[in-house]
Amino acid sequence: MKIHIKNSRLIDPRNGINAISDLYIVAGKVAGVGDAPEGFNANQTIDASGLVVCPGLVDLSARLREPGFEYKATLESELQAAVAGGVTSLACPPDTDPTLDEPGLVQMLKHRAKLLNLAHVYPLGALTRQLEGRQLTEMCELHEAGCVGFAQTDAPLNDTRVLLRAMQYAATFGFTVWLRPQDAFLAQGGVAHDGEVAARLGLAGIPAIAETVALATILRLAAETGAKLHLCRLSTRIAVEMVRKAKQSGVAVTCDIAANHLHLTEHDIGFFDANCHLKPPLRSQRDLEGLREGLQDGTIDALCSDHTPVDDDAKLLPFAEAEVGATGLELLLPLTLKWAADAGVTLPDALARITSIPAGILGLDAGHLGVGSSADICIFDPLQYWKVEAKSLASQGKNTPFLGLELAGKVRQTLVHGQVVYQKP
Amino acid sequence: MNNPQLTKDGKLKHLLSIEGLPKTILNQILDTAESFAGVSEREVKKVPLLRGKTVCNIFFENSTRTRTTFEIAAKRLSADVVSLNVGTSSQAKGETILDTVDNLIAMHADMFVVRHAQSGAAHFIARHVPSHIHVINAGDGRHSHPTQGLLDVFTIRRHKREFHNLRVAIVGDVLHSRVARSEIHALTTLGVPEVRVIAPKTLLPADVERLGVQVFHDMRAGLKDVDVVMMLRLQNERMSGALLPSAQEYFKCYGLTQEKLALAKSDAIVMHPGPMNRGVEIDSSVADGSQSVILPQVTYGIAVRMAVMSILAGNPE
Repeated sequence: MKIHIKNSRLIDPRNGINAISDLYIVAGKVAGVGDAPEGFNANQTIDASGLVVCPGLVDLSARLREPGFEYKATLESELQAAVAGGVTSLACPPDTDPTLDEPGLVQMLKHRAKLLNLAHVYPLGALTRQLEGRQLTEMCELHEAGCVGFAQTDAPLNDTRVLLRAMQYAATFGFTVWLRPQDAFLAQGGVAHDGEVAARLGLAGIPAIAETVALATILRLAAETGAKLHLCRLSTRIAVEMVRKAKQSGVAVTCDIAANHLHLTEHDIGFFDANCHLKPPLRSQRDLEGLREGLQDGTIDALCSDHTPVDDDAKLLPFAEAEVGATGLELLLPLTLKWAADAGVTLPDALARITSIPAGILGLDAGHLGVGSSADICIFDPLQYWKVEAKSLASQGKNTPFLGLELAGKVRQTLVHGQVVYQKP
Repeated sequence: MNNPQLTKDGKLKHLLSIEGLPKTILNQILDTAESFAGVSEREVKKVPLLRGKTVCNIFFENSTRTRTTFEIAAKRLSADVVSLNVGTSSQAKGETILDTVDNLIAMHADMFVVRHAQSGAAHFIARHVPSHIHVINAGDGRHSHPTQGLLDVFTIRRHKREFHNLRVAIVGDVLHSRVARSEIHALTTLGVPEVRVIAPKTLLPADVERLGVQVFHDMRAGLKDVDVVMMLRLQNERMSGALLPSAQEYFKCYGLTQEKLALAKSDAIVMHPGPMNRGVEIDSSVADGSQSVILPQVTYGIAVRMAVMSILAGNPE
């Protein structure tokens, strides 16, 4: 199969390409950029006039809800959502049921994802067995089965010695440890940022220090053990400052934030909007500004969707009882574009945060369009507005704080291995 | 953002919290309550304003006093009243809030009085009921207890007449108190120039100053020259642990005694939403003393709840 994508605005952040250009695909791989490879005869031509062609998005956190929570979402529904959002590679956290702490489960998940032939799935293994924070998992076995890193997700890890051992062990084999810093005691019972809005609404608070106290410990342990560290979903201004300093002093650390946290604050909870019940909680305006600054200066490496589909019944409850999470795969691109427009960031710089940079964090040869690379491609219209509503989302999870809003940036086509896996209807 | 408590033309549709209500509506409720205060003293304690209407008290969290005063208020307005302690029935069987509410809607209730342990529960229910049903929040978690806030300012108005020259101190566990939040909003909306909160740092919410109050940790300094002292109840489970070392130490630092009350103005009144912990937040001699208006608060509570119900019933969508 030979595909010719013509007249597109081609953006490939890693290779420094940002031009009106053509792309040539042969047998699932990028065969040429700009000039056609010798003897190229297209079987299929895609006219991408007025559209952007970029590497398929790489999402550092998307919950697919399998195994265990198929009533919320299935592998198929969420991988459809991924490609509808232009995401061609994603990392999924291990907080499934059972947790991804057994090589067999990881193999099964990878196998099932492969059969669907949509986005590539890269599981993160559990850092501790059943995420209970007590016993290490078989990291080498899990790595062989396909885990690209080891995460504790939102489960508490109260025992600092276990954390130290986990980082030492991971460092032994060069595995990356993924941690969302949160002191379980300081966050206990909390459901919203411990600030003005929680005070007014009478919601139990999660203070900013729950993040920063835990982060101080984690950074120190990373420096001590030499473990490769990826920090997930930072939410506070002080945490960004701490990571900035740690990076300056040479700690091997990368970090991401969720796209929701780049646009929303505690005030968006309004009158108890359960769609804003997220982890970490939406923070203050100053925190949001700190995150934006950190993303712009590179302290924060990547943006992720933190896709967490929740069924309607689980959201139809008072705020604190409503399940945490929001659908996100189909919003990652528009929310990134919105940030770029708001902050005056160029399109290539913005797209790097959801393509080449997260690919680097996952250690993948993806997120770029170099000749010879897998033709995982996102074609989108950056100017088309669309309304976020249940019927416009492919994900089984329909809950997001952006419900009812119009966002710019609509994916037209997504290709994986040079095959069109999504075509806008 | 639309105010979920008001109709499109700015009338009271639900009473969910004091926050967001304009001063005119608060005054309308207080004035109406004034006219009902006499009804309770008549031989026939009834007016026919809610005849033929069904008021449904849904208490997901148990309460005797509040439920009883709502029942009496509804009955004095000639409504039919049904009270459910859902905490002990359907919820225990796994029924969701909305299932419970839907069932009562199907029985043609006209007004819901709701109490729930979660902040925001009343807003949640109000969002899901059909437009002809009115919802009154009778306490949701730590968030709001608007009729308590209203009866408190009604009590103050009866004893002090004006709000614009008052200094009011609220003492105790503000962090966990829906009563305190309602009182603060009611007082600041009605124009009280100085609202103080007095508590140890462990019992104050983050950024509490943003609610428009002055913060005191020293009770003696905080009570100096105030016109009104509003005490808060300290829940048993907060008395010993990481928030407070003991009930005894709390009483020593934040309990209201005659000696501390003497720092307030000589005609200061003392209030408490009940039920009281004598010897923990308040000394018996103060609770039963000449400056206490704690029992009148209970009496006024009925008139205020009658006022709220009659105003809501008069504002159809």
